[in-house]
Amino acid sequence: MVWKQHEYDDIPGTYVFDGERAHSSYALNKLFYSFNEDKCRAEFNADPAAYCDKFDLSDEHRDMVVKQQFLDILRAGANIYYMAKFCIPRGVSVQDAGAAFQGISGDEFRENLLKKREGLEQRIAREGGYWNG
Amino acid sequence: MAKIIGGVTTSHIPAVGNAISQGLTQDHYWKRFFDGYQPVKDWLAEKKPDVIIIVYNDHGLNFFLDKIPTFAIGCADEYQNADEGWGLKPTSPFAGDAEFSWHLAESLINQEFDMCTCQEMLVDHGFVNPMRVLFGDHEIWPVKTVPLVVNTVQHPLPSAERCFKLGQALKIAIESYPEDLNVVIAGTGGMSHQLQGERAGIIDVDYDLATMESMINDPAWFYQQSNAEIIEKAGTEGIETIMWLVMRGAMGDKVNCLHKHYHAPISNTGAGVMLLEQDSNS
Repeated sequence: MVWKQHEYDDIPGTYVFDGERAHSSYALNKLFYSFNEDKCRAEFNADPAAYCDKFDLSDEHRDMVVKQQFLDILRAGANIYYMAKFCIPRGVSVQDAGAAFQGISGDEFRENLLKKREGLEQRIAREGGYWNG
Repeated sequence: MAKIIGGVTTSHIPAVGNAISQGLTQDHYWKRFFDGYQPVKDWLAEKKPDVIIIVYNDHGLNFFLDKIPTFAIGCADEYQNADEGWGLKPTSPFAGDAEFSWHLAESLINQEFDMCTCQEMLVDHGFVNPMRVLFGDHEIWPVKTVPLVVNTVQHPLPSAERCFKLGQALKIAIESYPEDLNVVIAGTGGMSHQLQGERAGIIDVDYDLATMESMINDPAWFYQQSNAEIIEKAGTEGIETIMWLVMRGAMGDKVNCLHKHYHAPISNTGAGVMLLEQDSNS
């Protein structure tokens, strides 16, 4: 039994959420999916370890969730949209999660994004035909 | 007969909805982004479409990863928004058009697009934010809706070309419906962005603008790329832009671009707004 290789595997710094990751992180994502319901969030908050056990998390995955190690959770293959249901209510944005991969702060990450704005209007004007304020 | 009066592209990211809810649309960060929608909002207010088909991906509200349809279509009289885990107040429900949806599903399946038909469907921010940014907030929304969900989350995804062909089939489906309905199709999501991995935070303005140009005159430029090629340029979440091709495929060979607007960054993304109509001479 072997996981098939893909063309996207070679893109640096990029982890595509495919069958291999979806399979290994299934229980994690299922737990996060349950957080759509307020009563599940409350039950988790009351006793995180016991709640994890209801989802048959591995010891390693349960530890990450209980300790809220968001970067480790993503490295374990959890899907970012599902992780967002866990981290955002805890004051950690998706941008903070992205920043953690680069070892920078969320503010630094947002600064880097804002740099994309520099010269944008001039770039759009050169392109022509676009609404530009 | 039903006819397609226009095609729209729009972002659907959560931050857009938050900005609307918090009254931030005229703040410096958001102003240029939201102002660029005004011509589309004006056009929609003037044309008053009967139905809008929103092409989007679910982010873990209606579908969990246990069962992921590649293509799914809402076939109900009403669609509810719900808590996605963040405790936000849901919007008022959206009216559907069950007869029209079932016709579309039947026609698409007869054309070998084996849709998953959904008689109950919770619609998440991917659907709700395009509605809010295009129509404003309403207790009773001014247009009926058809949610059309494309899997852009759990690979393998449909190819870009497959999305385009779904749009071509959707055109035949819409135009074979006997009621006189004016239909708008919104392709949502994108543009370039990547949320995780060491490469998180990429925005490729040149690629985004090339993608927008291709939507007007040369969609093949975009749909001939493999998903891996698109991910390499636009990022793992930028792959959402393939959903624009469902709209574009439904617009026929030649289109007129009535409006185009690009802004970056919006949250992590490049954001492209387009309004297209079919070229009546083609």
